[in-house]
Amino acid sequence: MYNFDVETPTSIADAVKALGREEAQPLGGGQTLIPTLKQRLASPSVLVSLTGIAEMKGVCMTDDGQLAIGGATPHAVVAREAARHYPGLADLASHIGDPAVRNRGTIGGSLANNDPSACYPAAALGSGATIITDKREIAADDYFQGMFATALDEGEIVTEVRFPVPEVSHYQKFVQPASRFALVGVFVARFGDGVRVAVTGASNDGVFRWTEAETALSSNFAADAVNGLALSGADMISDLHGSGDYRAHLVGVMTKRAVAAAR
Amino acid sequence: MPKDGGIGASSKRREDVRFLTGTGNYTEDININGQAHVFFLRSDVAHGTITSIDTSTAADMPGVVQIFTGADFEAVGGVPCGWQVTDKHGDPMQEPRHPVLAHGKVRHVGEPIAAVVAETLAQARDAAEAIEVDIAELPAVVNMRDALKDGAPKVHDDLTGNLCYDWGFVEENKEAVDQAFRDAAHVTKLELINNRLVANPMEPRVAVGDYARGTGDHTLYTTSQNPHVIRLLMGAFVLGIPEHKLRVVAPDVGGGFGTKIFHYQEEAFVTFAAKACNRAVKWTSSRSEAFMSDAHGRDHVSTIELALDKDNNFTALRTDTYANMGAYLSTFAPSVPTWLHGTLMAGNYKTPLIYVNVKAVFTNTVPVDAYRGAGRPEATYQLERVVDKAARELGVDPIALRRQNFITEFPYATPVAVEYDTGDYVATMDKLEEIGDFGGFEARRAESAKNGKLRGLGVNCYIEACGIAPSNLVGQLGARAGLFESATVRVNATGGLVVMTGSHSHGQGHETSFAQVVAEMIGIDESMIEIVHGDTANTPMGMGTYGSRSIAVGGSAMVRATEKIINKAKKIASHLLEASESDIELKDGAFSVAGTDKSVAWGDVTLAAYVPHNYPLEDIEPGLEETAFYDPSNFTYPSGAYSCEVEVDPETGKVSIERFCAADDFGNIINPMIVTGQVHGGLAQGIGQALLENCVYDDNGQLLSASYMDYAMPRADDLPFYDVDHSCQTPCTHNPLGVKGCGEAGAIGSPPAVVNAVVDALQRGGKDVTHIDMPLTPSRVWAAMQ
Repeated sequence: MYNFDVETPTSIADAVKALGREEAQPLGGGQTLIPTLKQRLASPSVLVSLTGIAEMKGVCMTDDGQLAIGGATPHAVVAREAARHYPGLADLASHIGDPAVRNRGTIGGSLANNDPSACYPAAALGSGATIITDKREIAADDYFQGMFATALDEGEIVTEVRFPVPEVSHYQKFVQPASRFALVGVFVARFGDGVRVAVTGASNDGVFRWTEAETALSSNFAADAVNGLALSGADMISDLHGSGDYRAHLVGVMTKRAVAAAR
Repeated sequence: MPKDGGIGASSKRREDVRFLTGTGNYTEDININGQAHVFFLRSDVAHGTITSIDTSTAADMPGVVQIFTGADFEAVGGVPCGWQVTDKHGDPMQEPRHPVLAHGKVRHVGEPIAAVVAETLAQARDAAEAIEVDIAELPAVVNMRDALKDGAPKVHDDLTGNLCYDWGFVEENKEAVDQAFRDAAHVTKLELINNRLVANPMEPRVAVGDYARGTGDHTLYTTSQNPHVIRLLMGAFVLGIPEHKLRVVAPDVGGGFGTKIFHYQEEAFVTFAAKACNRAVKWTSSRSEAFMSDAHGRDHVSTIELALDKDNNFTALRTDTYANMGAYLSTFAPSVPTWLHGTLMAGNYKTPLIYVNVKAVFTNTVPVDAYRGAGRPEATYQLERVVDKAARELGVDPIALRRQNFITEFPYATPVAVEYDTGDYVATMDKLEEIGDFGGFEARRAESAKNGKLRGLGVNCYIEACGIAPSNLVGQLGARAGLFESATVRVNATGGLVVMTGSHSHGQGHETSFAQVVAEMIGIDESMIEIVHGDTANTPMGMGTYGSRSIAVGGSAMVRATEKIINKAKKIASHLLEASESDIELKDGAFSVAGTDKSVAWGDVTLAAYVPHNYPLEDIEPGLEETAFYDPSNFTYPSGAYSCEVEVDPETGKVSIERFCAADDFGNIINPMIVTGQVHGGLAQGIGQALLENCVYDDNGQLLSASYMDYAMPRADDLPFYDVDHSCQTPCTHNPLGVKGCGEAGAIGSPPAVVNAVVDALQRGGKDVTHIDMPLTPSRVWAAMQ
C-alpha cells in the first residue's frame, strides 16, 4: 500500500466536494479496492469513504412500487431487508462472497466497479434497474459498458439503485472454484410485460442480456423454452477455469435452472 | 475401553490451548530490538540475462539501510542440494549452482534479484521499486518434453542441457520387463499428469536473522520443519558458519506439508545481512511471494503400462515419467521422483517385474520438491489408476482384481528394492467394504439418478514407505545426510520430565502424543512431561519432521532414551530399597521389589538423583538425563484401502463427494484422535489435488494461478464427512513402538479414489470416458463428456 489521505464525508455534497481533489477515489466497502491498494496496483492520493453517508444507506419501497437501495448499503443488509419485497434480489445478495464481504461490500461499490464476474450487475440489468448518481439517473441498459466499464464519469457516485420488482425472479450462480465469483451467473426476472435475462461472468464484454432467451421466455416462461438456443463460445471468456464453449453451455443450463427456481 | 492416558488414549492436544487462544509464538511474533526489514525484488520474467542493476536512486531513499545484489554473494556458497541421484549410465545428475540472489541470469518468475534492508517494510518496498533492473529476456522453457528437445533454450548455460538425470530402476530388470510385456495376454496403458501443487501452509514463511557482534554468534529464527538440517546446510555449505556459532530456532510453525523442509535463500540472506548490517533483519513472506518462492509439489507427466496374463495376474509394470525440477534443485528434489517414487511402484501387489524410468527436467519455473507424500502419491496415483483401467477393460470387478493380486505373505521383498515387513491388505479391504457399505451403493446410485446425478464408486489401495530412513541405505542411494533421530530425556529433581527431541511439530500434535509414550513407559501422568523441540540450542542434533517419520524414528529415539532413564532409575531405586536391581519393577510410577510390599515413588528416586545424600556415588553418577539416537533398520510401510463415492452433475460437470472412507493400517497407534485428524487433513489435501488445486504456468513462464483468486484450495464445504478407520493394525516389526506413521497417508491414498469414482460415474452413465487429468474441475469433466 502507498500512503494516501482518507476523507469521511457525512453527506453526498461533501463527498462530491472531496472527490474534486486531485487523484481522489471513492471508497465503498473496499472489498476490491483495498486488496488492490495492498498489492500496490493503485495509488490514489485520497480515498473518499462513502459508507458514513446516512442518506446513501438503507432499503425501502418507493411510492411507485420500486425497491430503492442506498448506494452505500452492504449486501448483508440487502439480503435481510429486501427479502420481503424482492426475494430474488435478496437471495442474490445473500450469496455474494462470504460473510465478511457481505457485511462490508456495498451495492454502489459493486456496480461502480462492474467486475465481469460480479453478481449485482446481473440483478441490475436483469431487473431493468435505474442507477441514480449524484448527477443523474441512468438506465441499467445504458449503464454497463463492458468489463470494469460503466457510464459513470470520473468522481460520479452511485447514490441509489432503484429496482422494478418482477412477478418472479431468480439468480442462478455457478461459481469459479477458486475465487467463488460467478463463473457464470444468470438473473431471470419475469415482469408483466416480458422477461429479462442478464448474464454475468461469461462474456468478454461483461454483463449482458440474452435477448433470444428473453423472447423465448416471454412467450413461454418454462425451462424448456430455452432448449435449442445457444450462445457462441467465441464471445465468452476463456481461462484456467473454463473455455468459452463451456461458459456458453453453462449460460443455457443456469438460465433453465433460474427459470425453474423463479419465485 | 478407551484409555484416559498413555499409549492408545485420545488425549486432547495440549498445544491447541495456545494455538486456539492466539498465544502461540510464531516466527512472525519474534521481534528483536533494532531489527530492520528486508524486501526482495523478485524477477517478473521467467528467463533472462541481467544486463544491469542500478541501486543508486534506491540507496538514497528514506530508511534504507543497505541494498544487496547477487554480486554481494559471490564469496558465499550457493544453496545446496541434499541428494545426488545417479543416472542409468552410472553418472551423477547435473547439479546447477543455486545463488542466494540471482547473478547473471534469472531463471524463474519470483527469483530474488536484489534485497533492500530498511527501517520499515514499506520503506524497503518503496526503495525496491526504485531499483532499475535491465533484463534481456530469453525464451522460457516450461513444458518438460519441449525442454528436452534439441535446440531448446537452456535454463543453465553451463549444463549440457535441461536434463537433470535419466534414471532407470531397476535397470538390470528392463529387458525382462520388456519381454513380459511381449508375452502378456493383456496390456493396459495410461498417460497421466500429476498436477503441480502449491503447498499453502496457513503460515507463510518468515525468517529473522540476528547477530551478536560481541560474541560472533548468529541466530536464525525460521519457519522450518527441521532446524538442525537448516543449521547444517546453511552453516556448512552457504555461509561458512560453524554450528557452535549458529543457532537455528523454529518456534511454533503453522503447517509445513513438506515445503518448510528445505533450506531457502531468504534464510541465508537474513543470516548474512544481520552481520553485514549489524542488526537483526526480518523477512515475512506475503502470500503472493509464497506462490512464487515456496517449493512447489508433484508435477509429473507419466506413461504407465500394466501387463497381465490370461488369468488377470499382474506380470509386469513399466513406467516412464518426466519429473519437473523447476529452475534449481531444491534440497531434496532429486530424491522425490526416484527413491520416494520408484521404490513404491509395486504398491500392494505381487507384480514380479517392474521397470521405472524417470527423466528429471529443468524448466523456468519455481523449484519443485517434496509435498505431503512426496513421490509416493505420484506412484500410487499411477498404479491405482492403471489397475482400475485394466479392470474396466477386462470387465472384471476392480476390487476383485486388486484382491487377486495382493501381496499376502510378509516379509515381502519387492522387485523395486524394498522389503515390506508387515501388512494385511485383505483386512483393510474387508474393513473398507464394511464401512463403505458397498452393498448399499446401487440403492444410493438409483437415488442420485432420480435427482439427475451420475453416481460412481472409486476404490484404491496404497502403500507408503515412511519412518524415513535407514541412514546406511539412503547413503547408498545418494542422500548427503543421515536420517536418524534423537532425543534427550531430562528428569528434574521433583520428577517432572523434559524431552528434547530432534523431531519438530508443526501441527502434528507431538507435544501431546510424545508425552503419552513416556507417561506410559514410566506410569506417570502426561502432565509431568514437557516436549521441547525446534531450537538447536536446546535439542540434540536431529533431522526433523517429514516423511511420516516422527513417531517411528523420533519416537523410537525417545523410547530408547527413556529406557536408559528407567534403567538408571532402577539402579537408584535398588539402592534406596536395599534390594537387587534385577528385582526392581516399575509400575504406575513406583519402583517396587518383586514379591514384597516395599516400594519407592518415582519422585523419591528422581530427588535422590539430584540430592544424592543417600546414593551409590561409587557406582553411578548423580543426575538423571539421557540421550539416544535412533537409526531405523528399515522403512515402515503403512497401507490401506480407500473409497470415494461421487455425484457428477451431467449438465455442468460438477463433482461432489458424497462419501469418503479410509481403512488404514498404521501399526500401533499412540493417540487415535490425533491419527484421525492427520488422516482428515491428508484427505483434504488429496481431494484438493484431485478436484481443485492446480498450479499453472503459461508458455512464457508466467504463473497464472498466483493467488487464491485462481488457485483453488479445498474449503470445508468441498469436503464430505469422512469415515475413517484404523483398527486394522499390523505392528511394525523393527521399531520399539510398532508404529508406522500416518501423516501422509490421506494425501497419498485419496486422489486415485476420487478419479476412479468419477470415471466410474461417467461410465455407468454411458459416457465413453477412460481418464481425466486432475484436477477434475467442472469444465474438464464437462469437456470429457462431450
